[in-house]
Amino acid sequence: MARIIVVTSGKGGVGKTTTSAAFATGLALKGFRTAVIDFDVGLRNLDLIMGCERRVVYDFVNVINQEATLNQALIRDKRCDNLFILPASQTRDKESLTKEGVERVLGELGETFDYIVCDSPAGIERGATLAMYFADDAIVVTNPEVSSVRDSDRMLGILASKSRRAEAGGEPIKEYLLLTRYSPQRAKIGEMLSVDDVQEILSLHLLGVIPDSRAVLNASNAGSPVILDEKSDAGRAYDDAVRRYLGEDVPHRFIAAEKKSFISRLFRG
Amino acid sequence: MGLLDYFRGSRTDSAAVAKERLQILVAHERAERNKPDYLPLLQKELLEVIRKYVNVGQDAITVTMEKDDNREVLELNVVLPDAIESRPKRKRG
Ligand SMILES: Nc1ncnc2c1ncn2[C@@H]1O[C@H](COP(=O)(O)OP(=O)(O)OP(=O)(O)O)[C@@H](O)[C@H]1O
Ligand SMILES: [Mg+2]
Repeated sequence: MARIIVVTSGKGGVGKTTTSAAFATGLALKGFRTAVIDFDVGLRNLDLIMGCERRVVYDFVNVINQEATLNQALIRDKRCDNLFILPASQTRDKESLTKEGVERVLGELGETFDYIVCDSPAGIERGATLAMYFADDAIVVTNPEVSSVRDSDRMLGILASKSRRAEAGGEPIKEYLLLTRYSPQRAKIGEMLSVDDVQEILSLHLLGVIPDSRAVLNASNAGSPVILDEKSDAGRAYDDAVRRYLGEDVPHRFIAAEKKSFISRLFRG
Repeated sequence: MGLLDYFRGSRTDSAAVAKERLQILVAHERAERNKPDYLPLLQKELLEVIRKYVNVGQDAITVTMEKDDNREVLELNVVLPDAIESRPKRKRG
């Protein structure tokens, strides 16, 4: 049985797809057979971030409609043997996802995979609610900014009430906070909510803090998940987060503002 | 913070404002969604009982549930019509 992880946020553009790509790649690099599914039907992007956009033949909706088999639709990652991508459809809309269809696909994947990472679309419509419905774990991607924090809290409400686990009444979904696009410098001068502020408001287990980093744009330009850029701050932060998820005790980095030279302090603050 | 910022007095601390606003908002929204689902029906039935005795409007009654760390408070507010001045205007229970 695979463990199903949803990457969710409510608010758009906070880094869900970046995180899904990095996290799935990280799990695969650690030796786990991992599938990452794009639930953003109509606006697929995960294929671009994973760098496999030219290899898409069939998609998630084709598999749900039984127009293609799972094996035909899954794209094996070129860099990492254990990693498979199930792209979203570009031409249909989110209504083509059905609960039964999603359940069947997840069940079939579950027979051979260790982890299934679900990249949720923004919002609280069908795609987003189905991405989280079958989840065992939820990574709530949040930016240190008022509307993102508020939306994250709303998603927590939905996770706790409208999911398979909630309805079954057993063990609830495990929720983790991933704070992304963080700038320690700006938090330090009181211009941005700090890690502690967000933690205090959401009171979630902190999986990691991903700094706001140019490495992310570089990675998406190249179609290579940022976690593969091992020298970059964001890449290392994602690797830490994956290891924490797997139970390792890894101290948090990229939270404190760097010490700057006197000259740069003088001119840039 | 840089020396130039210091002279410009540009320290904002808008984050503190953001945090405070969020704490209030999130607490409120959590209370809203954790409302027990029997509240609307309870409200409707209470209204029916009260209307046997007093002629009040549909929205004369509000039922709220508040939660803090160690207790839950069910608050019932009934606004009685002006005609019966002699009676207490509000009952809390
Ligand atoms: N840590 C980061 N540092 C800098 N830029 C980032 C970071 N994380 C994400 N971004 C940028 O933010 C933008 C949105 O990221 P992404 O597509 O991952 O968000 P999303 O939550 O999946 O969006 P949507 O809600 O539209 O699906 C992208 O341009 C991405 O490069
Ligand atoms: Mg996305």
